[in-house]
Amino acid sequence: MHQLSQQIFSGLAAGAIYASLALALVMIYRSTELVNFAQGEMAMFSTYVAATLVDAGLPFWVAFLVTLLVSFLAGMAIERVVIRPVENAPALAAVVVCIGLLLIFNSLAGWIFTYTVRDFPSPFPDRPVLGALMTTRDLGVIGVTLVMLLMLFAFFRFTATGLAMRAAAQNPDSARLCGIPVGRMLAIGWGLAAAIGATAGIMVAPVLFLDPNMMGGVLLYAFAGALLGGITSPVGAVVGGLIVGVTENVVGTYLIASQLKLTVALALIILVLVLRPNGLFGTAIVRRV
Amino acid sequence: MTVKQSLVTGLSAAGVILSIGLAYGAGQYGPGASDTEIKIGNTMPYSGPASAYGVIGKSAGAYFAMVNDQGGINGRKINFISRDDGYSPPKTVELVRQLVEQDQVLLLFLTLGTPPNTAIRPYLNDNKVPQLFVATGANKWNDPKHYPWTMGWLPSYGTESHIYASHILKNLPNAKVAVLYQNDDFGKDYLNGLRDGLGDKADKMIVASQSYETTDPTVDSQVAALQGSGADVLLTVAVPKFAAQSIRKVYDIGWKPTQFLTSVSNSVALVMKAAGLEKGVGVISATYIKDPTDPQWQGTPEYKDWLAWMQKYNSSSSTADVEAVIGYSYAQTMVAVLKACGDNLTRDNVMKQAANLHNLTLPMLLPGITISTGPDDYAPIKQMQLQKFDGTTWKLFGDIVSGSGS
Amino acid sequence: MMKGFTVAVADGLGIGRYAGLRIGAWRWIGALALIALAAALPFAVSKYHAFELTMVMIYAIALLGLNILTGYNGQISLGHGGFFAAGAYTAAILMHRYGVPYWATVPPAALICFALGVLFGLPALRFEGPYLALVTLAMAVATPQLLKYFDSWTGGQQGINLVKVQPPPGLSLDHDRWLYFLVFAVLLIAIRVAANIVHGRTGRALVAIRDHPIAAAAMGIPTARYKTMAFGISTLFTGVAGALSAIVIGYVAPESFSLFLSLSFLVGSAVGGIATIGGAIVGGAFIEFVPNLANDISDAAPWAVYGLAMLLLMYVMPRGVVGSLARWLDRQT
Repeated sequence: MHQLSQQIFSGLAAGAIYASLALALVMIYRSTELVNFAQGEMAMFSTYVAATLVDAGLPFWVAFLVTLLVSFLAGMAIERVVIRPVENAPALAAVVVCIGLLLIFNSLAGWIFTYTVRDFPSPFPDRPVLGALMTTRDLGVIGVTLVMLLMLFAFFRFTATGLAMRAAAQNPDSARLCGIPVGRMLAIGWGLAAAIGATAGIMVAPVLFLDPNMMGGVLLYAFAGALLGGITSPVGAVVGGLIVGVTENVVGTYLIASQLKLTVALALIILVLVLRPNGLFGTAIVRRV
Repeated sequence: MTVKQSLVTGLSAAGVILSIGLAYGAGQYGPGASDTEIKIGNTMPYSGPASAYGVIGKSAGAYFAMVNDQGGINGRKINFISRDDGYSPPKTVELVRQLVEQDQVLLLFLTLGTPPNTAIRPYLNDNKVPQLFVATGANKWNDPKHYPWTMGWLPSYGTESHIYASHILKNLPNAKVAVLYQNDDFGKDYLNGLRDGLGDKADKMIVASQSYETTDPTVDSQVAALQGSGADVLLTVAVPKFAAQSIRKVYDIGWKPTQFLTSVSNSVALVMKAAGLEKGVGVISATYIKDPTDPQWQGTPEYKDWLAWMQKYNSSSSTADVEAVIGYSYAQTMVAVLKACGDNLTRDNVMKQAANLHNLTLPMLLPGITISTGPDDYAPIKQMQLQKFDGTTWKLFGDIVSGSGS
Repeated sequence: MMKGFTVAVADGLGIGRYAGLRIGAWRWIGALALIALAAALPFAVSKYHAFELTMVMIYAIALLGLNILTGYNGQISLGHGGFFAAGAYTAAILMHRYGVPYWATVPPAALICFALGVLFGLPALRFEGPYLALVTLAMAVATPQLLKYFDSWTGGQQGINLVKVQPPPGLSLDHDRWLYFLVFAVLLIAIRVAANIVHGRTGRALVAIRDHPIAAAAMGIPTARYKTMAFGISTLFTGVAGALSAIVIGYVAPESFSLFLSLSFLVGSAVGGIATIGGAIVGGAFIEFVPNLANDISDAAPWAVYGLAMLLLMYVMPRGVVGSLARWLDRQT
């Protein structure tokens, strides 16, 4: 029994990591209907920016806020310069552009910061809680993810900009007719997603250790989690991420040898999606004929 | 004979001798070698999941740069051509063919990774191109009978796991052993080596094993599962990132097994400090080389030489990274072989000299550990020593142990 | 047959209606010239370059498959590397374990990959857009794990070394050039088959399903059957390419078939032009040569250069090189 609770809590801790990146994926999808394959690498790059600032002597929280701001602006700039030209092109072109961004960020990070693994300071102390089932650091990650979720939820539901963004994503032409600056909404969407990704990276780096390939595996799980929860739903992203984390741990320990953990976990997720093709909390994509 | 006749005879004789001398003095050359240059080919994963090892290639190149600045080898400069194969065997095959057929290198050196090297081994042996000092510790590189052109360098993973097995059998005969391993040839070789070393007690003693992929974000789940098996000895076969996570998690969940750690990941700065210095107290590892972040070596002249070289030639690599020391040492071995070739720089002679090293010492190898090879012995480094972490540094203990590690 | 075939090639390559000569004559000339050029090429270049060109053709065959699925049927696949691996390992295991001669391993690889594709295509019917991407991505990611797990068959982490292929005696061709022609022959067959499918009823049905799925269903096209068939056919092509790659490289290992391979296929397909046949060749050349060129440009951050090349190509030619070229040629006439 202890083993099971051990695995479940490890799973929640890991799941929170996936959930935080999944939130960024959902943000981009809701604002531009694109899956951004470069999200993980952007988050990693932001984390390196934060690491550089911390190395230079800035206190952690100052470095954190500066990185958020820089990431927000960079995200907006990327949407304007890199994504805008292919927004009206065939869908595949946008996918290829995102893959290109992934390669560029990964390669630049490796070149500028080298591929050697390094550690990263955490604002949370590293003490065991709940009888060694988790540490305060894991709780910190879960906590920050939930805070981001709440902020995102409130943003889309209760603010004018959030409403405008939803309109711009759903029906850009009508939104324009209402006076909504659609272009700016798209850019803000990417900027926010980049900031969320930066937060995710900074929270996660003390646990995973920082290197240019830090987010590679995480992106895959985050993607699965976001889709499981419903790619349009922030709540779904978090729930999905947590479920993926727990499933993966439990499956790897009890169901099948750890060598097939990833395969079986993905198979289970796909099984769920077969039953609910739009994810647990997602809304069906309705198209007019 | 008249004076004039003897003079002519003498001069002609001298001329003949001189031209023969010039023909030989100019050296015997295989492809890639000349009076001024020696071309060495290499593939390394400078990108992709194994990119942390790219430092080895960079460091070797940096060492060759220093040798060139100091005059080269017997007056010849080393032209080190290193390309990125991203750890993908088809790419390695392509790049190696390019190096051999287009760039016409004299030999391949320090090619990294078991799958990439396995892919190119038949081609290089068929074409009689030296595949020297490969950067992998798999057991299969010591096979001069079938692959006379391929030679390893590192003490093999099998040798190392045999050393751990012997230690366990002697000191912890009733142990229950758990193994955490990376799900590739590196991890599997250790697991199999441990099994082999424990002999017929292996099935009884090894109670659990868990693998992880390099795409897994953490190994927390695996560590917890291994604890659940009731084991009191843990062998961690992981690259630095996951080794640090493992040591940290073992401590955090309150598990106190006797821990053995692969020599690939025993860096004080990159692993022990990252995990938390107090969390790694008591961990046992084996080593053959000096960790640059270990305080016990930092006052020595050999370390100072290495550091000076790092700062001048290899400043983009971290002085905390043992891979930079490994690349340095590999390169020194290559230089020793090439020096021994003298002016006979044919592929045959390179291979002959490589298989003829006797007690070569290198500054950054542990004191007492030397490099030796022979026509039947293609394992340059066979010795390791055990060490235990005390919270600040690794304390060597026991004797230097030899293994054939097959 | 020759005319139909060359027409198909010329059509696919976008050399349609152009310049003064009669349409049919131009197509003949163009296609024959290309074939003659391709046949002479391996002798004009070194063995190493012949090997590289063989790899280009292998990737082109794989991309032909992906084009049928993604271009003509609109289903995005991030998992074709997995089917490529299936073909490669089928060939490797047949050769290594059962001593099957190399040329005889291609049909079984084709059949097995076709079956796998149909099996995969069935559940894939339920998914669209990013959900389909995830399902195919799962295939790409699971493949190395499965290969390592069933190691008594696949050789696990050590991989399988294959015996070097000997050219048939009496042909006075060396190893590399023989393989070039072998793969070239398969490529020509593949182009012919793909052209037939794409320009026939099946192709029209696939395009209809891609562009107006509801209308197509309303018109009585059995969409489920066609979509599943499209999957199967596309994986058949990719599996054949995989088998050929095992023969040419002479070694298979799980590391050869990473997620990056699947992404490369998708990129190559997009860069060449997804709804074209000639685009497969351009895409194959892109995947094979541009990383090397990128390395020459910058050995510090070569993949950044590669990524940048992808971006620029998508901006300038969002329909791929051949796709955009075909459009431009269309507009000239």
